[in-house]
Amino acid sequence: MDTRLAADLRGALAPDRVRVNALELDLYARDASVISGRAEVVCFPLTTEEVQAAVRIARAHGRPFVPRGSGTGLAGGAVPVGDPVVIVTTKMTRVLSFDEDDRMAWVEPGVLNLDLSRAVAHLGLHYAPDPSSQQSCSVGGNVATNSGGPHCLLYGVTSAHVLAVEVCLPDGSLAQLGGLDAEPPGYDLRGAFVGSEGTMGIATRIAVRLTPDPPSVRTLLLDFTSVEDAAATVSAIIAAGYVPAALEMMDAEITRAVEDFVHAGFPRDAAAVLLVEVDGLPAGTAAAAQAVGEIGTAHGARTVRVAADEAERALLWKGRKSAFGAIARIAPNYYLHDAVVPRTRLVEVMGAVYEIARRYELVMMNVFHAGDGNLHPLIVFDRRTPGVMERVMAAGEDIITACIEAGGVLSGEHGIGLEKRDYMPLLFSAADLDAQARLRDVFDPDGVSNPTKVLPAGSRCGDLQRVPDGAWI
Amino acid sequence: MDLTAFAETVGTEGPVTAVGGRTQWHVGGPVAAGAREVRAPEGIVEYEPAEMTVRCGAGTTVLEVDEAVGAHGQLVALPDAVGATVGGVLAVGQSGIRRLGYGPVRDVLLEARYVSAEGSLIKAGGATVKNVSGFDLCRLLVGSLGTIGLLGEVLLRCRPRPARSQWYAGEADPFAIHRALHRPTSILWDGTTTWVLLEGHPTDVDDQARRTGLTPVEGPPAVPTEGRRSLRPTELRRLTGEFVAQIGVGVVHLPFPVERPEPARPDLHRRIKAAFDPTGRLNPGRRP
Repeated sequence: MDTRLAADLRGALAPDRVRVNALELDLYARDASVISGRAEVVCFPLTTEEVQAAVRIARAHGRPFVPRGSGTGLAGGAVPVGDPVVIVTTKMTRVLSFDEDDRMAWVEPGVLNLDLSRAVAHLGLHYAPDPSSQQSCSVGGNVATNSGGPHCLLYGVTSAHVLAVEVCLPDGSLAQLGGLDAEPPGYDLRGAFVGSEGTMGIATRIAVRLTPDPPSVRTLLLDFTSVEDAAATVSAIIAAGYVPAALEMMDAEITRAVEDFVHAGFPRDAAAVLLVEVDGLPAGTAAAAQAVGEIGTAHGARTVRVAADEAERALLWKGRKSAFGAIARIAPNYYLHDAVVPRTRLVEVMGAVYEIARRYELVMMNVFHAGDGNLHPLIVFDRRTPGVMERVMAAGEDIITACIEAGGVLSGEHGIGLEKRDYMPLLFSAADLDAQARLRDVFDPDGVSNPTKVLPAGSRCGDLQRVPDGAWI
Repeated sequence: MDLTAFAETVGTEGPVTAVGGRTQWHVGGPVAAGAREVRAPEGIVEYEPAEMTVRCGAGTTVLEVDEAVGAHGQLVALPDAVGATVGGVLAVGQSGIRRLGYGPVRDVLLEARYVSAEGSLIKAGGATVKNVSGFDLCRLLVGSLGTIGLLGEVLLRCRPRPARSQWYAGEADPFAIHRALHRPTSILWDGTTTWVLLEGHPTDVDDQARRTGLTPVEGPPAVPTEGRRSLRPTELRRLTGEFVAQIGVGVVHLPFPVERPEPARPDLHRRIKAAFDPTGRLNPGRRP
């Protein structure tokens, strides 16, 4: 253990906000993925100045640093590699200000996604991106991964809702990227930073756009006897010119697990259900809800249930958003994948994904953002079963390959992190990756901010091959 | 001309400038004398209405794309001056008067194939609406005035065309109207008159129009193009003189040129330019 490093951090922050004991380091050795690393020291700044101090101290001791929010990331983005200082923003939880007329708020990075919406609810406003982990994930983490969520189908992902970011750069200096005005001058560095997974510095304050609550909302649950019919309904809704606020699919296995968990009245014998939400002004919402129901019926929906009130709507969403809690009743571990395919290839790719699960004798469920073609195959397993991790990882690789072959991309909302880093060449040429590496180098020329994430070693032409020691799966 | 031919035309040496429809040629300052003019490929490459995306050469006019997707009840939310090219409006990055409803230009571009300063074809972004695979070079390209790469082919997000679309105008407080309406597509104000574009289900449009007390008009006012200022939405209250302002957005259209301010931390912007165009051959003289 580096005692001088810890002592310097204690002096700059506070003794109780710098942790080095083995149990606590273990807690911060992983995120919500199946990947682990090792932290040298974990610290919890309260202010921008303390973040800057932590970064400068890490550098003075020749260490990299890893920004971390709530640790709900699923791609290993916050897994510490290279014995770094882990800088955790979970104690920076203030909503600093909000402006009702400008429809924006300045928040600290540790503010939880759902807490932000709750803080502005009295103004008839909310923060639109709503990852399923919104009760526990932080806005800073959302910025790092450019998070999505069910309602991003209509409202757009995190990048569309971030106006400006105050960033502590890897040299310890501060920069405001973007602005509160409509067209800030220069390159869109804000856009470049959002989704950079902690490799370009640490967000210390974030200006978010707030969205007016829709005056009218309809939530529908459609129930199908085949996955193909459900997927065809998704394509038909979009092709008919409707972009619902959310358009989610759950397959048979996950629907049963959820129903046993929340008792929301989901049909336990359905092959697939669609949860569709339309919102806006009353006449448009009513027309869209009717059209969605008719399209579903025409494609073989057995029932179309419309939530009668806010309580029923909340119950249906609780079912969708607690899917990952529900599966804990089936097996202790899960591996959640994230891939996007063109909507028109959904049926075919889902078939391929189920076939992969069968081949590796794995239990697989699907609960996902069907409207944007964003699949979330979920492999459920018990880590103690001999040889199961090898099968899980091999199945994961086959799923990624199938999605890319169908014209998809590596990740829709979870990010690349360590999990998918070495698959980047499936999507990008050496010249493409070199361009991304140049962007990263502008912010972090020495490669000390969350090193080894996102880009595979050697992405920069002339780059030295850096092996990420300390990371294992 | 295909993409490879475009890359060969750009080549590896000497100053070059990308030319679109020259509808916003003055933005970002004059190009250095002697820069060779190049034009991006034209034409729609692929359009799948059920995907709500359209792929086209950057030299295609916005109107051509709009017409093609309009035939399937869709639109691309790009400013559509006559003759403006898709690559041009993306490189300039300034939104049209419907930004309040459709969002900024930077949210329209999903994937780009551009020619780098080294003459290589580079892909940025991906073919799906939702994508976080790697760093977001697309957003960096939008508004970059062709100074870090020259757009060759792009994939754009489409949206459904509304069932009804109607402009209204009258004398009313535009800020009160902004608060009273749910997601109007545009609110313009010249200090006296307020114009509102309402879109959606006809019943909703009529209902929202009644709340404003405004009367239907043919279309928006003539918007000055000589100058443009970027403010916080609430700062628009203080405006005087001759202007047309986008309420709720913060863009002010002015009849005289305005100097663009320096960005905060200009060193970072200079480093971006140096990283992507070390010899300064792409649109020399332009400043985003």
